[in-house]
Amino acid sequence: MKTVHVYVTLKEGVLNPEGSAIERSLHALGYEEVQKVQTGKWVSLQVEDGPELAQRVERMCEQLLANPVIEDYEIQLSDEVTT
Amino acid sequence: MKAAVIVFPGSNCDMDMQHALQLAGMEVEFVRHTETSVAGFDLIALPGGFSYGDYLRSGAIARFAPVMESVKEQADKGTLVLGVCNGFQVLTEAGMLPGALKRNDGLKFICRPVALTVENEQTPFTSAYEQGETAVIPVAHGDGCYFADDETIAALKANRQIVFTYQSELNGSKEAIAGITNERGNVLGMMPHPERAVEALLGSSDGAPLFDAMIKHWREAHAPAT
Amino acid sequence: MLLQHEPAPETIETKEVYKEMGLTDDEFLTVKEILGRRPNYTETGLFSVMWSEHCSYKHSKNVLKKFPTQGEQVVQGPGEGAGAVDIGDGQAAVFKMESHNHPSAVEPYEGAATGVGGILRDVFSMGARPVALLNSLRFGPLKTARDRYLFEEVVAGIAGYGNCVGVPTVGGEIQFDPCYEEKPLMNAMCVGLIDTKDLQKGLAAGTGNTVMYIGAGTGRDGIHGATFASEELSEESESKRPSVQVGDPFAEKRVLEACMEIVQEDALIGIQDMGAAGLTSSSAEMASKAGYGIEMNLDHVPQREKDMTAYEMMLSESQERMLIVVKQGEEKTFKDICAYWNLHAEIIGTVIEEPRLRLTHHGDVVADVPVDSLAEDGPVYSPEKQVPAYYETFQSQPTWNPEGEVTEDWLTSLLQQPTLASKEWVYDQYDYMVQTNTVVAPGADAVVLRLKGYDKGIALTTDGNSRYIYMDPETGGKIAVAEAARNIVVSGGVPLGITDCLNYGSPEKPEIFWQLDTSITGMSEAAAVLNTPVVGGNVSLYNETAAGAVYPTPVIGMVGKVEKLAHITPSAFTAAGDRIYVLGETQAEFEGSELQQMQMGAVSGRPPALDLEKEANRQHQLTAAIQAGMVASAHDVSEGGLAAALAESVMTTEGLGADVSLDMHAELLFSETQSRFIVSVKAEDAETFESIVPEAVNAGIVTADEQLYINTTDKALSWRVQQLREVWKGAIPCMVKSKG
Repeated sequence: MKTVHVYVTLKEGVLNPEGSAIERSLHALGYEEVQKVQTGKWVSLQVEDGPELAQRVERMCEQLLANPVIEDYEIQLSDEVTT
Repeated sequence: MKAAVIVFPGSNCDMDMQHALQLAGMEVEFVRHTETSVAGFDLIALPGGFSYGDYLRSGAIARFAPVMESVKEQADKGTLVLGVCNGFQVLTEAGMLPGALKRNDGLKFICRPVALTVENEQTPFTSAYEQGETAVIPVAHGDGCYFADDETIAALKANRQIVFTYQSELNGSKEAIAGITNERGNVLGMMPHPERAVEALLGSSDGAPLFDAMIKHWREAHAPAT
Repeated sequence: MLLQHEPAPETIETKEVYKEMGLTDDEFLTVKEILGRRPNYTETGLFSVMWSEHCSYKHSKNVLKKFPTQGEQVVQGPGEGAGAVDIGDGQAAVFKMESHNHPSAVEPYEGAATGVGGILRDVFSMGARPVALLNSLRFGPLKTARDRYLFEEVVAGIAGYGNCVGVPTVGGEIQFDPCYEEKPLMNAMCVGLIDTKDLQKGLAAGTGNTVMYIGAGTGRDGIHGATFASEELSEESESKRPSVQVGDPFAEKRVLEACMEIVQEDALIGIQDMGAAGLTSSSAEMASKAGYGIEMNLDHVPQREKDMTAYEMMLSESQERMLIVVKQGEEKTFKDICAYWNLHAEIIGTVIEEPRLRLTHHGDVVADVPVDSLAEDGPVYSPEKQVPAYYETFQSQPTWNPEGEVTEDWLTSLLQQPTLASKEWVYDQYDYMVQTNTVVAPGADAVVLRLKGYDKGIALTTDGNSRYIYMDPETGGKIAVAEAARNIVVSGGVPLGITDCLNYGSPEKPEIFWQLDTSITGMSEAAAVLNTPVVGGNVSLYNETAAGAVYPTPVIGMVGKVEKLAHITPSAFTAAGDRIYVLGETQAEFEGSELQQMQMGAVSGRPPALDLEKEANRQHQLTAAIQAGMVASAHDVSEGGLAAALAESVMTTEGLGADVSLDMHAELLFSETQSRFIVSVKAEDAETFESIVPEAVNAGIVTADEQLYINTTDKALSWRVQQLREVWKGAIPCMVKSKG
């Protein structure tokens, strides 16, 4: 078993109003050092290991987990398995 | 004219769509998402709602419903397909329409009647409107901000695929886009709900011409060959 | 072996574990007597939730008996998931209001969302398709970041849930007062429609019949939610967060559609929502009502988490679950329906002759108690009551009159008070149009829905001015009912029935119990005179923190019938040239008014008086005029008096104004005398209208110039309607955005 973390974020250039709202709120709370807030989704999967694991996860992202029109994704594979 | 209304488990405007189609004079059947064929209809309507809860992205899971293969096939054959609100989201996710719908700029759900401009009256859906006409039709969505890259937008404009635009800033949509067709013109996706604007009793009947236009289109295609 | 982490019966008694669960010493002794032995941990849990205020109404049961519950229109009175009234053609409107105050105070989004979910299930478990959601909300005056957070998140939670399920959130009301700081109230109401013959009940009858669990899985969420709702809020409440349930509206939508199919099956015996106290209350109540018992094997309960104990399963308040009882041998029909909707459908028990609730888990009997002792025979208290000192002071203090010279600013400032300000910012987030029946949208006095296929509709409203009730519970209670009825009447409806949500502080404090008792007396009297029986409702007590209790806040949810669609009447003026009438004389009644709150920062004194006979009479006259087609618009005069009511009549329609002359001093424009209406009438109908409503006084004319002119005996006041509209609509968005 492998643990797969997928991070889905809006593409560079696509407006992220949620990030802007969080940034404004942090500024209002006095954290003026905050510069650029990005938000996105984190998807965690427990996957049976196999020879094409990386490619298969990539296909999962392209097909379902991210919408390539507006979103980018990043995949992290690790051996830790949570129970 | 026979219309199919596709019902996903989280569809919630399916009955409203049925009501509007029937008022316009169509025969209506509900077709569940688990069906594999939606052949034999003159119109396939994808209603509003939350298809599969819309948890990942609106319409993302619905695109893989068994019925969607057949919807694509029928669209390729030229059958009219109308996607409203969640239906529009499903059509973009399924690649049947370009672009994507993301969260409203204001981050809040918006429900209110809005003024639209009819940008192209030469489609099977809009031929009962005048070019440039104002139609007041309600919106009700959280993810209605239309996005496409500049190239796509340019192509939409060149092909006159932008059919409806918002008259004032609503949700951050590029070019104030409220509804678009595919290149061929037989698939329309729109965020506003024309099925909610077919009776003056409820505040507006500005959506009625959309249904009338589809019937007109069907009649012309089925004119007796005398 | 499973009980190894749970205290043994002896420990429960000696270490007083039962107290942590909310049982008193006396209550624990009673449990021991009933069982003839010490209860084990699971059994103690069952009694503690079923005997909590939320489930047993132990402090309020006696006073609730005062409510009139009968009437020829009543199809289902209190006692089931929801009440129902006849709306003609063999149809009934099924409705209920319920509070979700405590969960909303600690986790406002999920608290509000699950409040909506629960009330929907109460209605569709009766077999009715939900057609409308309403709500009644109370918050602090949006001056602190916390207040604004609670307000925004509660609204978002209501929207997030209702919009997804596809039931329009059509209306409601929101009031703001310092007494609700940190103690917001979230009351949700649902209305459904049904052919009366199809009405379902929560009954577990017929020995050998099968008990089935349908819906989402059971997790550890919400354990002890019912007892949580029966305690005062404290700093600790926030750390009780795990107690708050999380809602899944998509699951609810599937449960709803599945239930709509299930209730059509002849093999269905009974159905009930697993609401507060989850599996415990649904099983015990269904068996007790039917005079049977239930034996359940908890091994078969669908579980979302590992190693759940019997105690946890029985007390879990996981959402989107129903308990059904079906004819033995017919289970497959129900499994098939649920399979399509992708829901659990498990056989978890059997109806037994012996009226006991017997639970087994991993082969052991883990609880065995008489069902009636849980559902019916809980303790009933008659708490002490005492007239509070503030009331004595209010009654005897000199009359308060407005301070200073009346100017145009009085009205513009009033319209920016959050209670009076436009709630567009709120209902813009609610899908109020889905199902395409909403004829009169939110923002009017009552919302009106048409019934497809019929020339008729229903009118719905929620109301309750808690300031008046605080100042004088009896009069205030009457006013709450009368105003709700007024809202229905001005919209063109005939009031039929009430669901109430009674939000108070701790009943164990004599002054609070006096408020509860006295206000129910007032509401009951008004409900009897106005022929609006109470068919259901909910009690939410212990709405208090160290800073004090909320105002006594009973909220009235009322349903009326609109006999013909032509009777639907807007609250705002509709056409220039129409005559404006004021129905009802104005007294100098400023105490408890929005003006007093604004000028003094608090209310004191005596609320406006109410003459119920006069009220009923005027409502009947106005209904007659509306039904005769003689009324263009009608609006009741409430918070902010005539000035606010006139402004509201011109602000919502573009392009209109009004020119009004009143035979009174300018300050009386802000009096909140009851039983008054503003009506507009077409010139050609004026004579007929006056003959039907002889008391109405012609006060002016609707104009086309977007100006509001009000001439009084001492002042000529005027406003630009556009300016009024801007401040009125801009107030709440502005408060929400403000920082600090």
